[in-house]
Amino acid sequence: MTTHAGTTTTDTHCPYCSLQCGMGLRAERGSGPGIDSDASKDPGAPGDRDVSVEVVERPGFPVNRGALCGKGQSAAEVLRRGVRLTAPLVRGVDGVLREAGWDDALDRVAAGLAAAGRAYGRDAVGVFGGGGLTNEKAYLLGKFARVVLRTANIDYNGRFCMSSAAAAGKAAFGVDRGLPFPMEDIARTGCVILVGANPADTMPPALRYFTDMRAAGGRLVVVDPRRTRTAAQADLHLQPVPGTDLALALGLLHLLIADGHVDEEFVAARTVGFDAARATAMAHWPERVERITGVPVEAMREAIRMFVSAPAAMVLTARGPEQQSKGVDTVGAWIDLCLAAGKAGRPLSGYGCLTGQGNGQGGREHGQKADQLPGYRMITDPAARAHVAEVWGVDADSLPGPGRSAYELLISCGEEIRALFVMGSNPVVSAPNAAHVQTRLAALDFLVVADVVLSETAALADVVLPSAQWAEENGTMTNLEGRVILRQAALPVPDGVRTDLFTLNALARRLGVERGFATDAEEVFDELRRASAGGAADYAGITYDRIRAEDGVFWPCPDVAHPGTPRLFLDRFATPDGRARFAAPTHRAAAEEPDAEYPLYLTTGRVLSQYQSGAQTRRVPTLNRAASGPFVELHPDLAERMGVGEGDPVAVTSRRGRAVAPARLSREIRPDTVFMPFHWAGEGRANSVTNAALDPVSRMPEFKVCAVRLERVAKVESAAGEGRAIASDGVDGAGFGFGGGAGVDAAVGVGGR
Amino acid sequence: MRVGVVGAGMAAARFAQQMAERAPGTSVTVFGDEVYPPYNRALLADVLSARFGAEAIGLPVGPAAVVRIGTRVGALDAEQCSLRLADGEVHSFDAIVLATGAGPVLPPMRNLRVASGPRSPFTSAGATGSTGSTGRTAVAGPVGPSEPTGATASPAPAAPAAPSGEPSLDLLAGVHAFRSLDDCAALAAAAPRAERAVVIGGGVLGVSAARALAALGVAVEIVHQGPHLMERHIDAQAAGALLGGLAELGVAVYLDNRARALTGTDHVAGVELANGHVLDADLVVLACGVRPRVALAREAGLRVDTGIVVDDRLATSAAGIYAIGDCAEFAGDVHGLAAAAWDQADVLAAHLTGGEQRYAGSRTMMRLTAGPLAVAAFGATGARAGDDVVRVADPTRNAYKKLVIRGDRLVAGILIGDLSTAGDLTRAFERDDPLPADPLHLLAVPGAYR
Repeated sequence: MTTHAGTTTTDTHCPYCSLQCGMGLRAERGSGPGIDSDASKDPGAPGDRDVSVEVVERPGFPVNRGALCGKGQSAAEVLRRGVRLTAPLVRGVDGVLREAGWDDALDRVAAGLAAAGRAYGRDAVGVFGGGGLTNEKAYLLGKFARVVLRTANIDYNGRFCMSSAAAAGKAAFGVDRGLPFPMEDIARTGCVILVGANPADTMPPALRYFTDMRAAGGRLVVVDPRRTRTAAQADLHLQPVPGTDLALALGLLHLLIADGHVDEEFVAARTVGFDAARATAMAHWPERVERITGVPVEAMREAIRMFVSAPAAMVLTARGPEQQSKGVDTVGAWIDLCLAAGKAGRPLSGYGCLTGQGNGQGGREHGQKADQLPGYRMITDPAARAHVAEVWGVDADSLPGPGRSAYELLISCGEEIRALFVMGSNPVVSAPNAAHVQTRLAALDFLVVADVVLSETAALADVVLPSAQWAEENGTMTNLEGRVILRQAALPVPDGVRTDLFTLNALARRLGVERGFATDAEEVFDELRRASAGGAADYAGITYDRIRAEDGVFWPCPDVAHPGTPRLFLDRFATPDGRARFAAPTHRAAAEEPDAEYPLYLTTGRVLSQYQSGAQTRRVPTLNRAASGPFVELHPDLAERMGVGEGDPVAVTSRRGRAVAPARLSREIRPDTVFMPFHWAGEGRANSVTNAALDPVSRMPEFKVCAVRLERVAKVESAAGEGRAIASDGVDGAGFGFGGGAGVDAAVGVGGR
Repeated sequence: MRVGVVGAGMAAARFAQQMAERAPGTSVTVFGDEVYPPYNRALLADVLSARFGAEAIGLPVGPAAVVRIGTRVGALDAEQCSLRLADGEVHSFDAIVLATGAGPVLPPMRNLRVASGPRSPFTSAGATGSTGSTGRTAVAGPVGPSEPTGATASPAPAAPAAPSGEPSLDLLAGVHAFRSLDDCAALAAAAPRAERAVVIGGGVLGVSAARALAALGVAVEIVHQGPHLMERHIDAQAAGALLGGLAELGVAVYLDNRARALTGTDHVAGVELANGHVLDADLVVLACGVRPRVALAREAGLRVDTGIVVDDRLATSAAGIYAIGDCAEFAGDVHGLAAAAWDQADVLAAHLTGGEQRYAGSRTMMRLTAGPLAVAAFGATGARAGDDVVRVADPTRNAYKKLVIRGDRLVAGILIGDLSTAGDLTRAFERDDPLPADPLHLLAVPGAYR
């Protein structure tokens, strides 16, 4: 932190994606409009009024070297009063949400959670966390579920993010870390196959690593059903039918074997299971794969030529191949390609996952996943339970077992789950089959949501607790590289707002647990270090001071003298015998393929200027000007057949629901496929349509492919009212008027706190 | 549930694998008379040209299937739903799947057979489809080891690629079929010593064999009865482009020519054509088509036409007995392509595990790839009145593209040389997708959508 007359600049990180770009926050007292510009509130209160805050470059941080995208540059907008919640809301007997005091709100929450547990059993109380929560919050939320509520049913929206890559990576390598190397290695490798990833739109500052690689002679292969801005820069773009990435990977493996490019020495010395992988590749010969994927055999050959001719090469996946009902198998097949070519466990080579949410990595390591305890320990492992129970000072037998996965938890609401505590997530927009999820949430006896803004999910709640944001509190995040970084408070917590750590502490006390829920982030982190010690994701040697001094520390880092581990697997994989495991999957169709009634594929994704369910970004005017609302991208040939022109409203309908948005014509998409971004609520909500078919291992829903039909609609229909009534006195967002139903816009709430 | 599968070819492998995926507890026993566990027959040309080792083309059958190799089934009792093996063992099942495949057709030629062996995989072109196939022979030949491979996840062939079933025993020395790994091994062993090879038959298999032999450095000629190559799949103009590609490989083609005899006594020395001309040859490959192996089904009293007749659940005329792959006939069609066999295997596995799927026929594409001989063809070769036919021919590059369009649907197509749009066209044909207004887009550039 540096201070000059009147201004203070604090080193911290962006509230959005998994890149966790370094940025500075410059706070200035007494000039400009200030973040607390709503002067009608608490005129006499001290603290944050008349403080203006500005995002500034932080060129010293290695991941982004000062670069920020539009979302990062405008991140401070969400700190403003009027945009965010500044008082708890409690639903009255008349069904209307009204501002309340913190004690009243917390009493109501404690009573609601306790009542459901008493009446229906402890597992009837569910907890739903988020991939944007800091490590400290994720850790403490998991502990709150297991120690205070003693429920098995905790999961989080990260299940919708990288769970397939996590499961496949763990099976193959023995440990799951998004990237086994720092981003900087990408710039120095010889070839990258980027599967279902669009960093040009979703993490723009990362793009320079790919352009640097190409400038140095490396080749970029992009696999995507759309010719995205990333694909347009590639040396080779493979454009498969949605849901066929698994067949494509196996077809490439077939060609790699057929053309004699198996690294026999590597396979023999450092892997097991190649014979089974080879057999499954034989069942996916190139002409058959062409039939399944629509990718020409010659293009597959070209991809393999690029991949094997580079001395080092990588395969990186993102949500495209992962958000499928066969996501784990699909990622496994792409890992096979690296293993067979000997392009893993060596410098500048390997498989990696481009994680989505800000703390998608750390969020899954410390205990908010249904089947895991801190340190990436499995909750079914007796030794893991004993270790964590000792740190927590409880009996290991008192810890619950594994609970329901995210979607299964949400659709149990109102039935087995009677009360739900949501922290930092907006499943009404971000969950698949969202209309059904919304119905289930409305059927709960009691719903409490802790969030920064009044999200669509918060609008359904009985109690809403306003959370402090990323610029107002300390906490660590673990970025996609496995680098643990530190967000530092640049501003005081505003009046009427509390940190989530405060909330957990206060609720624990009300529910009879007086100790073990610290409110100081560093104190929580020190406990997390002990809980993770000896686990796969070992943070024991990481301290706030080291993070500040070393631009982050890579886990595993078992003791303070350990330098951290920027690069994994160079000597051995993290399996018991040190060898990587080949997968041997067989291609299968998507859970729902087009038919006469629903003849098209729908795939979903993100746009440059919005983030996830939009909870934050839809409240930022500059971002809304750039991306003002939902749309349906379709090929001009399809549009012509449908009689649809640019901008005409069209309805996308599946067996689950319907979404209406203006048509956007593009030759960059397959004519058998339409695309919708999923950032918006209301009638343009893409997730009203998506399919919740789950991967059998990761329980990842199939966001990326389902069958739909397209229809012209006369005009954009009026937004259907959503949510329950909300008093209008000052809690209704900033009135930017973007989308959304019932005057409440909301959003995803995955980041930024 | 216990399922017995007769035949261990591609259809059988896919069926077993799909059963394992859908109902891991099901017992599936596969009886194959070759000495290899199931392998990918579509890759035989690649084995011949040494792109793959024989052991590398094994197919997965799922973790629990028992594959009994070298085990010939002697009889099917449809009433008891049981199989009698050649050695007399009888096995009962809840369901039996006939995946007996097809055998190569033996052309009517003098001096082709030197002696009448006890068993031959060939069917005689001069006889009706019912004669001369394996199940009909009364005496069982030597049967290979019949120990089950057990619950193995690795189906790579257990035996080296040495001749074992000796399918060529009764053919004149130097004459080979091209249908099995044994055929492949025998051809691969003969090729280095061969100076001149003649392939009899200019269909897909014959062209593919000629290409592989040429790649091994053997001088190759094709003798073909029809007016142009691969007439079942492509038109005359396309075949012309194909001829150009073959010429670049040094392969000569004799069209409108029937091979009527072989010369040579202990070993083939030449192929005598119907016009009296004799082509010198010390290696002959028979590629005169295949015929469904239906004897077992016919003897068991099942309804057989060209193939074993099945309904849309792949059920034969006998309860509990099913047929898939090259031996099955659905709606009058017998497919000889792996893609159709796998479609059928998938539907049957779904049906036997409680699924609702029905088989509605396969829209399949013929593919032949490698170097200058890339060919893709689908649909009927002839166009109807009123069809739009779009053709692009590039004689310099031996490239040819043709699409037959009916209304806004693609009903047939041929691509020779440049196959960069094959992926899109395959999808449009198979899914019966509507085409863009200007179909030339589909022939133009890779990623024809843009």
